[in-house]
Amino acid sequence: MGTWTWFHKLSSPPHFYRIAGKMLPWYAVPAVLLIAYAIYGGLVLAPADYQQGDAFRIIYVHAPAAWLSLMCYTVMAVAAAVGLVWRIKLAHALAAATAPIGASFAFLCLATGSIWGRPMWGTWWTWDARLTSQLILLFLYLGYMALRSAYDDLSKADRSSAVLAIVGIVNVPIIHFSVTWWNSLHQGSTVIRKGGPAMPPSMLVPLIAAFFGFTFLYAALACIRVRAEVLRRERNAHWLKDLSTRSVASE
Amino acid sequence: MRTRPTSILRASVLVLRRDLALAFRRWEQVTHPVVFFLMVATLFPLALDPKPSLLADIAAGVVWVSALLSSMLALETLYRSDVDDGTLEQLTLSGQPLAPLLLAKTVTHWLVSGVPLVLAAPVVGLAFGAGDASYGVLMTSIALGTGVLSLIGSVGAALTLGSRRGSVLLSLLVLPLVMPVLIFGARATDLAMHGEAAGGPLWLLGAMLILALTLTPFAAAAALRISLE
Repeated sequence: MGTWTWFHKLSSPPHFYRIAGKMLPWYAVPAVLLIAYAIYGGLVLAPADYQQGDAFRIIYVHAPAAWLSLMCYTVMAVAAAVGLVWRIKLAHALAAATAPIGASFAFLCLATGSIWGRPMWGTWWTWDARLTSQLILLFLYLGYMALRSAYDDLSKADRSSAVLAIVGIVNVPIIHFSVTWWNSLHQGSTVIRKGGPAMPPSMLVPLIAAFFGFTFLYAALACIRVRAEVLRRERNAHWLKDLSTRSVASE
Repeated sequence: MRTRPTSILRASVLVLRRDLALAFRRWEQVTHPVVFFLMVATLFPLALDPKPSLLADIAAGVVWVSALLSSMLALETLYRSDVDDGTLEQLTLSGQPLAPLLLAKTVTHWLVSGVPLVLAAPVVGLAFGAGDASYGVLMTSIALGTGVLSLIGSVGAALTLGSRRGSVLLSLLVLPLVMPVLIFGARATDLAMHGEAAGGPLWLLGAMLILALTLTPFAAAAALRISLE
């Protein structure tokens, strides 16, 4: 049994469809448990911040969303590169399934940041470096999804958008760096920095739980979306017909 | 008589000369982006308060946003006519590596659409009351910046060739990718207009140009092969 056998096996749609279906509860249940704990721990157990009061509690949604929006872009670009180099359709399906999830998290991050900014900074939006680079990340997602939807031919859509995702991931550090630099020159920071002492454990533990919970949530969502994507792409395949007749027969 | 295979350098020069000759026969390809550039720059004083102090403050930003939009507009013509008459398919079938040929096309495109912007930029600077000392930096930054814009745009143009909703889609793809160019270009110009040293952002623009020169032709070639299938 070769080292790469698992990889080739995983890249076959029927096999992946089955595996993803089996793995779904293993991702979904921890996601629900961890997020439930994070919400309870963050909203009830954690003490109010000495500077920001209760307003800081939005961090339990905001920070994990920011992390996931970046992670999704990386997953998308790596999957796209794998699909482009080894011509694995399933990798393209994963990239296609990940893009809207990542865009949603980027939007969630911006929205919660904006809600957080209102009481803290007194404004809904400020051209802070991190806000701006997050906004550009959202634009990158939207461009990727727009290119994908512009093609009727699925294979062309897959490979074109893969090239764009790879060009984009090379650009993400440049954008981040340039925006940080632009901002530091533009104005002295008027924003209240969180700085200060590190978080006490009662605040930190729910936050870590939220990070893991959101990551599991992504995995569960990706399973669902890739399965749907496989169904859409393989709708004429024999294994699907066999699968559906078998499931009808068993009922 | 045995013919020697054409070297890649010679093939690139041939593509460059052909594209230049075509551009100068279709003169509007050279003039339209410049006229658009001047028009966009004219919009700002009309929309804002035309106080000389305000205009001098926003001059760098206006020149740069106008140049960015104008080069987005010019990208449309990069491959379009060559796809319609089959030239690009011939280039991909020519047996030459595609990336250097596309680089030659992009360089020509920059000569035709970027250089006129470089020459027109001081006029806009003058109209907005930017200091005389800043023109050198303004022209250098526009020259470097439009180079990066053309290179990144060549990937975007290659990606959108096969789709019908070309132009809006092209801007959607390319604009987020070129925001760093805008940041550094406008910053260099702004620094120069306030009499400060603008070396830092200019070097960074140069670094971005070199990075784009080395990577984008390959991405554009990959994208073009997908689009032309």
